[in-house]
Amino acid sequence: MSFLSNIWRNEKSREIILQIFVLFCIGWFLSWLIANVDANFKALGKDISFEFLFIPAGYDINQYLIDYNNRDSHLRAGIVGLLNTGLVAFFGIILATFLGVFLGIVRLSKNWLASKLAYWYIEFSRNVPILLHILLWHGIIINTLPHPRQALNLGDLTFLSNRGFYIPKPLTENGIELVYLFFVIAIIFSVLFFKYARKKQDLTGVQYPVFWINLSVIFLLPTIAFLISGMPITLEIPALKGFNFRGGMHMSPELAALTFALGIYTAAFIAEIVRAGIMAVDKGQREAAESIGLKPSKVMNLVILPQARRVIIPPLTSQYLNLTKNSSLAIAIGYMDLVATLGGISLNQTGREMETMIIVMLIYLSVSLSISAFMNWYNNKAKLVGR
Amino acid sequence: MKIKMLLAAATAGVMFAGSTFAGTLDDVRARGKLNCIINTGLAGFAAPDDKGNWTGFDVDFCRAVAAAVLGDADKVNYTTATGKTRFTKLAAGEGEILSRNTTWTFSRDVDLSQTFVGVSYYDGQGFMVPKSLGVKSAKELDGASVCIQTGTTTELNLAEFFAGNNMKYNPVPIETNAEAQELYKAGRCDIYTTDASGLYATISSFDNPGDHMVLPEIVSKEPLGPVVRHGDDQWADIVAWTLRAMMAGEELGITSANVKSLAGKDNKNKEINRLLGKDPLQGISKLGLSADWAVNIISQVGNYEEVFERNLGMSTPLKIARGMNQLYQDGGLFYIPPIK
Repeated sequence: MSFLSNIWRNEKSREIILQIFVLFCIGWFLSWLIANVDANFKALGKDISFEFLFIPAGYDINQYLIDYNNRDSHLRAGIVGLLNTGLVAFFGIILATFLGVFLGIVRLSKNWLASKLAYWYIEFSRNVPILLHILLWHGIIINTLPHPRQALNLGDLTFLSNRGFYIPKPLTENGIELVYLFFVIAIIFSVLFFKYARKKQDLTGVQYPVFWINLSVIFLLPTIAFLISGMPITLEIPALKGFNFRGGMHMSPELAALTFALGIYTAAFIAEIVRAGIMAVDKGQREAAESIGLKPSKVMNLVILPQARRVIIPPLTSQYLNLTKNSSLAIAIGYMDLVATLGGISLNQTGREMETMIIVMLIYLSVSLSISAFMNWYNNKAKLVGR
Repeated sequence: MKIKMLLAAATAGVMFAGSTFAGTLDDVRARGKLNCIINTGLAGFAAPDDKGNWTGFDVDFCRAVAAAVLGDADKVNYTTATGKTRFTKLAAGEGEILSRNTTWTFSRDVDLSQTFVGVSYYDGQGFMVPKSLGVKSAKELDGASVCIQTGTTTELNLAEFFAGNNMKYNPVPIETNAEAQELYKAGRCDIYTTDASGLYATISSFDNPGDHMVLPEIVSKEPLGPVVRHGDDQWADIVAWTLRAMMAGEELGITSANVKSLAGKDNKNKEINRLLGKDPLQGISKLGLSADWAVNIISQVGNYEEVFERNLGMSTPLKIARGMNQLYQDGGLFYIPPIK
């Protein structure tokens, strides 16, 4: 007895005992949950099985980045949905980042009107629920744009209608390899030139207009290749045929609405994060940079933003994660993402609620963790190196 | 010691959670109300009237079961479900009956562990288009944008129909009938497809019903009917025979107007006597129902014909003809087992 009470009086062993106890409680709770599900499934005469993933899905999906038809399996339908989720998250993150950084900087501008406009934009966007943003944009697109037969025609190449946006699609022919080759050469040249220019500047202080030179090389070299190899690219121009446009590249109203809504909503949060990051940089840094005669744009790009970046990245990561997870609201307007395919129609056609939900949750979890891991890696690279 | 007790309690909890689905009738009687799962809104089948009460063909069936079991057709709690959530809600015990124009298919009956007790409405999938489109047949729909309700048999029929006719289409999946109507009206889709009954219901709710039409092709078989959970045969029988009693009512000429007088006298047709409890009906006590169960159903809700005409028939905005949904004597598909 005295041995036991000694263990209890010892702070270290007491902590361990408590932790084991808590761990035990959690484990017990989890096993109870699993046993409960199991028992209820047995009572309903259902089993847990993932075989349904390999039977034909039977339904069609309106947007697929990999080949898909209704004879493919539920698994493939799920992958198509996952890629659609990835696509909208990708576009959304790009839009949100550019718009957010721009707004964050404008918000701090000395120009009263610009600053106030950014302020109102941010306050409006982030205080309206994301679902309303999505429905609003979808409503605007399908109700204000005309029917395909009266589509807005931009130079007979691009068409806007309430069925989406149609742009010409480049089709490659023989001889395109030369264009690719020249493009790769241009990229390699640009990287080398960038390094050379930086070295030169470090040594002599001479600056080259690196950005403009690289841009023209990347643009001109493939163009030359394109001309000498006999213009091996033709444009497939969308044309009205029957009910809708055929050919060309198509962006559905759902994808457009979702991208705008996610981008514009998240941009408001990113703007505030950027503003906070910039304000966290010591005032003396800006004053010092200005005192040596740097232009305002250089002060921002060379001195303020690189330091602000350290403060910005961690909260920015969580905004990216939010955007990706918010994309699951796509189901409200019929965009066929992961939740709509595997977690929606497949769930329904097969009746495997538990299995599909487990898979969908695990996929979102791993996508989020991957984005998180990437941003942590980037954060480690960007953060102040302790000396 | 304490942990042992906890474990014992947990095991008991698991066992309890696992065994709640038998004795549905007792649950309903103890509660005094029937929980019924219906559509979120489909004119003629389940839609709130101007006073906020649910009305419709599917709703009346819930009322008929409540009348049989509880003696009062008004003792029903309604829970709405989308095409997607309905089976989960039924399986989770949120209702004793799923009465939501649900198609009877093999996998739903067998794989999802549900019991379809019968067919209350023979339907088939159709297409609805604006007349201005100038389309006369579903075979002319190549390349069209099609609004569909997700979580239904519709998606699979649609895929098979278009593939079978070598046509392409652009599916726009929508969660509820109301949202699909909005997209159709805004011109996001050229056509809307669901069961023909749903199309008539949708057109009837438009401002200009004359501008839209249902194409002649019916591309699938959709036998719709009430569904109960698997494993309680007594309850499944009660629901099945409620439906049959309504149809038998039509067959025997029993209506809500004359049921009381027919029940009070000795009829020449002994089947009427047995149905209305005048003569003993062997086994009715095994169902746990009182002898006047069918009287309650027909007097409070009506026979099948009355329910059909009140909600869907020619005098309603839906104007659906009886078609297949008649007794076999009249050229329909309903052949009622004898009430013996």
